[in-house]
Amino acid sequence: MALNWFKLSSPASFYPVAGAMIPWFAWGAAILAAIGLWLGFGIAPSDFQQGEVYRIIFIHVPSAWMSMFLYVVMAVWGALLLGFGTRLSGMMAQAIAPTGALMTFVALWTGALWGRPTWGTYWAWDARMTSELILLFLYLGLIALRQAIGDPRRADRACAVLSIVGVVNIPIIYFSVQWWNTLHQGASVKLTGSSMETTMLAGMLVMSFAFWFYSIAVVLARLRVIILERERDATWVGALAEVRAAGQGAAR
Amino acid sequence: MLEAQNLAARRGHAELFRDVGFRVGAGDALVVTGPNGTGKTTLLRMLAGLSAPSSGEIHWNGRSVGPFSEALRGVVAYAGHLPALKDELTAEENLASLVTLSGAKAPPGDLDRALENVALSHRRHLPARVLSAGQRRRIGLARLLLARRPLWILDEPVTALDAAGAALLARMVHDHLDRGGLAVAATHQSLGLEPARVQSLALGETVA
Amino acid sequence: MAAEAPTDAVAPAPPAADGALAGLRWALARDLKLAFRSRAELGVQLLFYVIVVTLFPLATTPERNLLSTMGPGVLWVAALLASLLSLPRLFATDHADGTLEQIALSSYPLEALVSGKIAAHWLTTGLPVVLLAPLLGLQYYMDGESLAILAMGLLIGTPILSLLGAIGAALTLGLKSGGGLLALLILPLYVPVLIFGAGAVDAVRAGLGATANLSLLGAGLALALVGAPFAAAAAVRIALD
Repeated sequence: MALNWFKLSSPASFYPVAGAMIPWFAWGAAILAAIGLWLGFGIAPSDFQQGEVYRIIFIHVPSAWMSMFLYVVMAVWGALLLGFGTRLSGMMAQAIAPTGALMTFVALWTGALWGRPTWGTYWAWDARMTSELILLFLYLGLIALRQAIGDPRRADRACAVLSIVGVVNIPIIYFSVQWWNTLHQGASVKLTGSSMETTMLAGMLVMSFAFWFYSIAVVLARLRVIILERERDATWVGALAEVRAAGQGAAR
Repeated sequence: MLEAQNLAARRGHAELFRDVGFRVGAGDALVVTGPNGTGKTTLLRMLAGLSAPSSGEIHWNGRSVGPFSEALRGVVAYAGHLPALKDELTAEENLASLVTLSGAKAPPGDLDRALENVALSHRRHLPARVLSAGQRRRIGLARLLLARRPLWILDEPVTALDAAGAALLARMVHDHLDRGGLAVAATHQSLGLEPARVQSLALGETVA
Repeated sequence: MAAEAPTDAVAPAPPAADGALAGLRWALARDLKLAFRSRAELGVQLLFYVIVVTLFPLATTPERNLLSTMGPGVLWVAALLASLLSLPRLFATDHADGTLEQIALSSYPLEALVSGKIAAHWLTTGLPVVLLAPLLGLQYYMDGESLAILAMGLLIGTPILSLLGAIGAALTLGLKSGGGLLALLILPLYVPVLIFGAGAVDAVRAGLGATANLSLLGAGLALALVGAPFAAAAAVRIALD
């Protein structure tokens, strides 16, 4: 299927495509999550040191990965906006920020819940936790900046600049466990192999894909709403079935 | 030569104007008129290279230009609503600062002469803070004289000027056009130019 | 009838290389002159720093060891706050009187002009803090070595604060939420500077040496010097659009 990328880059063309994609990713996420949770909570054995508590890793690690991954994707869309000026790029970045913030919050919260029984504390100022917290503030700052700027075009571009500047934080989070002796263990999952037991690893990977599919579905759904809101004066929006129905409902 | 085609401007969801086009050659002026809120300032800022039109194109001497284009930045002298003066600097310092910013030389002799031309010699060592609105505008006029840029973009240039100031402005624009320069001005008052050199653009009537 | 406009009858745009340096000089000289003419304002900012630093012992404890441990952190946090206080003024006054538009339309590269403004900002707000902090550190019973490392860290770190802060100041230009939003955007970027700067003093006290922390600060400064002017200039253009 030869995709004409430039054709797809207009909000009008992408709107129906996004709509078609959402069910696939939503169902995919649900199925993968079911498998992953079964693997994680049902099949994988107890940890030698931590007992059952470690199982929170099946939520904590995927959400942390997603929080970093989504930020980078958002920054890339920001760069595309600054480079090519396509409105859809700005809308994509706008759609990603809230989900990214949520993932970061989940990572921090599950991390705190995990930390209490294992390290004896909900919070410690180690490098990875601190930089993940900074990431949350970066997301919140982006959302606040967008709210504060009335003009959507200026908001898109300002958020793009800010997200690109903040990208420096991502390598810091990722490599912090290597650079400093911290409470966090070193990376147990590398591209070349892993030191983890197989079912644990499988569970984590499946959950990661589940989170990834969930993020895509939610971001696309939010994107559709953003497109409708920002393009509301365009003729194609007025002609949409859902908009006409809503209009009739409101008129009654 | 400054040329524009199909310019349109939007602020958020409101459309200011659409299908604006014109062509102004060396020695000619474009006068933009229209009621408040029809986008005169927005249009002038687009032509100066400060913001991008939501659609349409602008060409300078055949080359397409957009916001902050190098081609435009070297040729435009933009005089907006605000006179761009620092309160803490004297009239002379402000003038020197603005002229240097334009990339032109500002030897004291030239500064003196320019300030004389705009009748500010006796005030030149005063901080801009104590000058009247009309006097602050005149510093802007002096800057136009010294910056030596071919394209003048003037937003309500007659504001705050008294009769003598307005006459001075008209003379300056006239001489500028004689030298082969161009001017785009948003103004209600006549600049006293020969009708043959002036094109008119009335905003507020082009939006359907 | 539609003739080409002459471009040689006017001052040609300055060539790029000298253009950048001349632009930086113009902005630096102008901003320093303006700051000097409003030196009362600068005095107020420094006074703010002194007061904040003095508040902590009053609010916490006069106990020697505790103060000594807190000292580097307090002096650094106060430096951050002082920087945040002065940042909105970096572009806002120029924006308010129309000068910023002239600056953006200049044939000098905007990155160079912005760099000049940032340099002037550091010289008038960061450098005084670097000089004042060791004196104030005596209030916290810090010893000579700690004070020296503190000053070094501030010397490398305060320019970073000005550089990153300029990006935030440009992004929030003209917005009503101004100062608070600026703080929210910039503080996450400031945190690493704070950690390494205060950490350098802690490291020296623990016998580990400050080289690692100070080198990381240095790397951060290098990165900021290269990237921040471009980001800030882009943000200025976006704000003027």
